[in-house]
Amino acid sequence: MAADIQAPPLREYPTIPVIVENTMADSKPYMATPAHQESLGYPGELVDNWQDVAVKKLGELVSGSRALQVFLDTCVKCGACTDKCHYYLGTQDPNNMPVARQDLLRKVYRRYYTFAGKHFPKLVGAVDFDEEVRDQWYSYFHQCSQCRRCSVFCPYGIDTAEISMAGREILDVIGVGQKYCNEILGKVHVIGNNLGLPEPALVNTLEGLEEDIKDDTGVDVRVPVDEKNADVLLITPSADFFAEPHIDGLIGYAKVFHQAGISWTLSSYASEAANFSMFIGSKDNLKKVAMRIRDAALDLGVKRIVVGECGHAWRVAYNFWNTLIGPFDFLDPRYPAPQHICEVTYDLIQRGALRLNKEANDHRRITFHDSCNVARASRMGNMPGGQFLIPREIIKACANHFHDMSPETIHENTFCCGGGGGLLTDDLMKLRVRGALPRMEALAQVVQDNDVNTLIAICAICKTQFAKVLPYYKFQMDMITSLHQIVGDAIELDTTH
Amino acid sequence: MTLTVIFAILFYLATALFSIGIIRKIVIYSKTPQPLKIPTTPAPTTKAGVVWRLTKEVTVFQSLFKANKWIWVFGWLFHVGLLLVLLRHLRYFTEPVWFWVNWLQPFGKYAGFAMVAGLLGLWARRFLVDRIRYISSPSDHLMLLLLIAIGSSGLVMTFVSHTDIVALKSFVMGMLYFDLQMLPSTVALLIHLALVIVLMVIFPISKLLHAPGVFFSPTRNQVDDVREHRHVSGWSAKP
Ligand code: HEM
Ligand code: HEM
Ligand code: SF4
Ligand code: SF4
Repeated sequence: MAADIQAPPLREYPTIPVIVENTMADSKPYMATPAHQESLGYPGELVDNWQDVAVKKLGELVSGSRALQVFLDTCVKCGACTDKCHYYLGTQDPNNMPVARQDLLRKVYRRYYTFAGKHFPKLVGAVDFDEEVRDQWYSYFHQCSQCRRCSVFCPYGIDTAEISMAGREILDVIGVGQKYCNEILGKVHVIGNNLGLPEPALVNTLEGLEEDIKDDTGVDVRVPVDEKNADVLLITPSADFFAEPHIDGLIGYAKVFHQAGISWTLSSYASEAANFSMFIGSKDNLKKVAMRIRDAALDLGVKRIVVGECGHAWRVAYNFWNTLIGPFDFLDPRYPAPQHICEVTYDLIQRGALRLNKEANDHRRITFHDSCNVARASRMGNMPGGQFLIPREIIKACANHFHDMSPETIHENTFCCGGGGGLLTDDLMKLRVRGALPRMEALAQVVQDNDVNTLIAICAICKTQFAKVLPYYKFQMDMITSLHQIVGDAIELDTTH
Repeated sequence: MTLTVIFAILFYLATALFSIGIIRKIVIYSKTPQPLKIPTTPAPTTKAGVVWRLTKEVTVFQSLFKANKWIWVFGWLFHVGLLLVLLRHLRYFTEPVWFWVNWLQPFGKYAGFAMVAGLLGLWARRFLVDRIRYISSPSDHLMLLLLIAIGSSGLVMTFVSHTDIVALKSFVMGMLYFDLQMLPSTVALLIHLALVIVLMVIFPISKLLHAPGVFFSPTRNQVDDVREHRHVSGWSAKP
């Protein structure tokens, strides 16, 4: 824990805080180096005519996106979204109110592309794109986790995530990218995953994992990689290969496949579910990173694609893959689209294909954190809201003690963990700690009322973020648990297998 | 007579700007591609479901209701009031007046109060709530002021100093059939009409575009069926 960063106090009855200007104006992530920038096809440093380039790019983006076009025009400044962002609630900085964040871009758009802004800038609050505004963009578009909570409450569904993606793309194009995202994307392009874990290291890690499971259970549960003609290709965030608590989730997936008798494999070429291109709004990188999955699936000759526990990766997989790298006509017609691991597990539970001992999780008193990108940007199962039902049903099938947090903080109202959208970096620690406040307050409530000691999440970013911020709020760091860890713990493996 | 001619010309101009402006925007909205699926979930999985979702947004402001009860109360009062008032105004534009417009008259008469009350509530929030004060620019205040002024000048005519409605109607019908008739020149009416002209002109270049815009918002109008139906558009349609 960084000593100079303090968590705000938890309040028993959260109220809407008053605004305090500029509390976060100095929050800025490290800038990408020229090498990071260039590897993604962006200029290495600030280009000379950055104003023109930015304004031109803005015009292109808006004319290529109905979302931007409509969102920039229609906001009536009603204020309904102003208290919906966890970063506003945690920092009180008015620029973290969704509408104010949008206005950072809207005021420039108005200045250059609307009649009112061109001729009456003062009246409608339009401004030139100057250095000050550029700085504001860099600061506040990197204080949006693209969680879409604001879009749930806006009467026109205005999604500030779309705006901050566009803002970041424009910043990249003029040469001021963010180090964290761009460096990671470079690693994916060159090595195949966010961590920069090369193939031999991956193979090694997975062998070690198989040994651990054997020591633990006495059963040979496989964690295969690059196995041709396996049924399932599992695409999972690379944090699952080594970080706690992620890795216990990976063990859980392995046990599920093992007991269901499904042959599966990881891919060393596409050893990463994450696609940070979405965070920086880069369509070219989005497609390129996604294409690795299709290539790996075809190369390995698999019949199904399954995605591990990762929030934004599931959004990309669920909502974008068919568009970007489809059609998936080479898959088994019974499983014609990539599935979430939770859909697979839930299905197996429904069919009675897993033997589960709930008592194995009796020491856990569980609550579930809906990850934003799963909750508000994708779906599981065949009905709207399946993304809320399925993980909870899995938990209830594997454990006896489950307690939901308060309704205005779960399902589509869920509060972001505070670290999503490409902000999971140490240089934004103050933001991450403060942004976690609403979630921590809801958690404190179930800890107090129901003795909850386990916080389950199905997103690699959420897990890492919680492991980091829980201690700031005086919770145990190891409260955070992978969903498939409790599945793995409940599964009764057949020792005669 | 000069006044009549000036107002007639201004009305023709305003109508042209209003219609062309709105149609242009609607064309832009419908032609601009939406390359990826981005519905805010849980979202309907069928077209009929989307129609239902949008119907609830437009009639009862569903998302706003979830978000903030005060804004909802004032906003809804204002819009429903406005709708009734506008429907009641159809009697100036139709001959014979449609039966259901007649049927609405008694309600419409008081709807003006609801409309203005809602507007005043919304305006008060722009001063009283620090967050909304922060996000308001002069145009946001002026927009409310304009609508309040239109509403109050209308209410003055309805309840305080009446206008010659018959003469007004022949002026309006005269414009519709290009056969100019005298405009009754009461102050309240002239103010009312002048402000309406301003409203029509700024409609297509202001946030009032939310009225057509709400139907085009991809987070609300997209069907959540991307696994079954491959979606491509704009850059995503290019190989
Ligand atoms: C499809 C039709 C329409 C829908 C669904 C709609 C919906 C909404 C909603 C949900 C709001 C936000 C809440 C509020 O502040 O009231 C709003 C605000 C507003 N609407 Fe509409 N509206 C429509 C048509 C119109 C029309 C025709 C006008 C004007 C002549 C208008 C003028 C306004 C104004 C001025 C505001 C901002 C109020 C403020 O400053 O707080 N709307 N509208
Ligand atoms: C060409 C357009 C318009 C004409 C000719 C017109 C004319 C009138 C007249 C003559 C009245 C008095 C009715 C009476 O004495 O019973 C009136 C009332 C009113 N007008 Fe308008 N008006 C127009 C447009 C509008 C618009 C666009 C709005 C709203 C934004 C509006 C809002 C009102 C209100 C609130 C009242 C009072 C309530 C009522 O009697 O319905 N008017 N208008
Ligand atoms: S998307 Fe999330 S983080 Fe971004 S402004 Fe909206 S509520 Fe805040
Ligand atoms: S809720 Fe929507 S329309 Fe209202 S201020 Fe926020 S972004 Fe604008």
